[in-house]
Amino acid sequence: MKNRSLVSIDDFSTEEILRILDLTEEFEKEPTRKLLEGKVIATLFFEPSTRTRLSFESAINRLGGKIVGFADASSSSVSKGETLNDTIRTVSNYCDLIIMRHPIEGSARFASEIATVPVINAGDGANQHPSQTLLDLYSIRKTQGKLDNLNIFMVGDLKYGRTVHSLMMAMSRWNATFNFISPEELKMPDEFKLYLDNLGLKYYEHIDFTDIISRADIIYMTRVQKERFSDPIEYEKVKNVYVLRNSMLKNTKPNMRILHPLPRVNEIHQDVDNNPKAYYFEQALNGVYTRQAILCSLLGIK
Amino acid sequence: MKEPKQMSVSAIQNGTVIDHVPASNLFKVIQILGLDRIDNQITFGTNLESKKLGRKAIIKISGVFFEDEDINRIALVAPDAKLNIIKDYEVVEKKVVEVPDNIIGIAKCMNPKCITNFESVTTRFRVVSKKNVALKCHYCEKITNQENLQII
Repeated sequence: MKNRSLVSIDDFSTEEILRILDLTEEFEKEPTRKLLEGKVIATLFFEPSTRTRLSFESAINRLGGKIVGFADASSSSVSKGETLNDTIRTVSNYCDLIIMRHPIEGSARFASEIATVPVINAGDGANQHPSQTLLDLYSIRKTQGKLDNLNIFMVGDLKYGRTVHSLMMAMSRWNATFNFISPEELKMPDEFKLYLDNLGLKYYEHIDFTDIISRADIIYMTRVQKERFSDPIEYEKVKNVYVLRNSMLKNTKPNMRILHPLPRVNEIHQDVDNNPKAYYFEQALNGVYTRQAILCSLLGIK
Repeated sequence: MKEPKQMSVSAIQNGTVIDHVPASNLFKVIQILGLDRIDNQITFGTNLESKKLGRKAIIKISGVFFEDEDINRIALVAPDAKLNIIKDYEVVEKKVVEVPDNIIGIAKCMNPKCITNFESVTTRFRVVSKKNVALKCHYCEKITNQENLQII
């Protein structure tokens, strides 16, 4: 995988994804090593994302690498009107790898084509965020002991949620069954359902999930944002349906785990946090190891 | 008195005739094939009557023979186009156009948030459906379909 970029999860074959997950396991056992000593990594955040940036920077720092970059576009030459083309060509000269978050869709693919060093897409608008998908896969494999034949519940905003789309596409490689739980206005878009139809995979759509929750292996929660609703009354009607509470978890499977890409607002009640089935904070920690594995793979170190 | 049979666009000795081009897309075909930048003799007629298209255009290009790969680039704007290859005033071969697997630099991505609509990037699409044309953007990965299709 040396000198490759990671723009979209589909850029990696199933074998390559599994290789990253195996490597992640290695970094989980031993996260502090001087593997990136002498390397300079650029973190270009044209749009602020504290969590993703800190996770990448923590991954780099623990491996002894150095970081250059900016945390939002106002403190960069973009505010002077520089094109992305020029920024990427210039920054390529300063570093061994570029990590980029940008609000425009397709910007990461474009950057990977003009950069002379590998590019990791840390989110391009509503399009892709592959390191999130890889850490989700790692968290699923770690908690379930496998990726095959799992029943995945996706809850909340399935229309605009970039993470659920990528995770769904990735999990379709391992014969998953999907349950999509969302309000009418935020249903999984047809193009993704068509994708599953073409693969012959089973999926079910629900408005509520209290009756079926006992079947889940993974519950992947996302935030239902008020701004997404054209009618505020509709939001008021559904906002409490998509809040997970500890009392709902009574009859769930022992292996079931709750994931969330974070930040959480109120969609998982705080009384869930101490339940051993709550896994979202460990999931965030897994993000650091996953990013160490991605960095070392693309740089040809591991 | 019998009307003499007349051709709307005069015949060529050697070259290519592109027939059944929708009249409204004549200039797009000219642009896509770069006919405005070559020195060959070109004659065209437009707003001609056509049972199939209503109003069609026809282009006759002297001394030019296209590769399939080049001619298929007009499939998005002239899906029913028919080509006659002319040698010595005779039609020696007929061809139809076929939607190619990849479209480079012809169509515009319909996603207003796509990088191709912000910076000077040549658009690239994978054709995911040929019948009802659907193009998947190489950059933003969104689908542009027939209804939103715009030629650059």
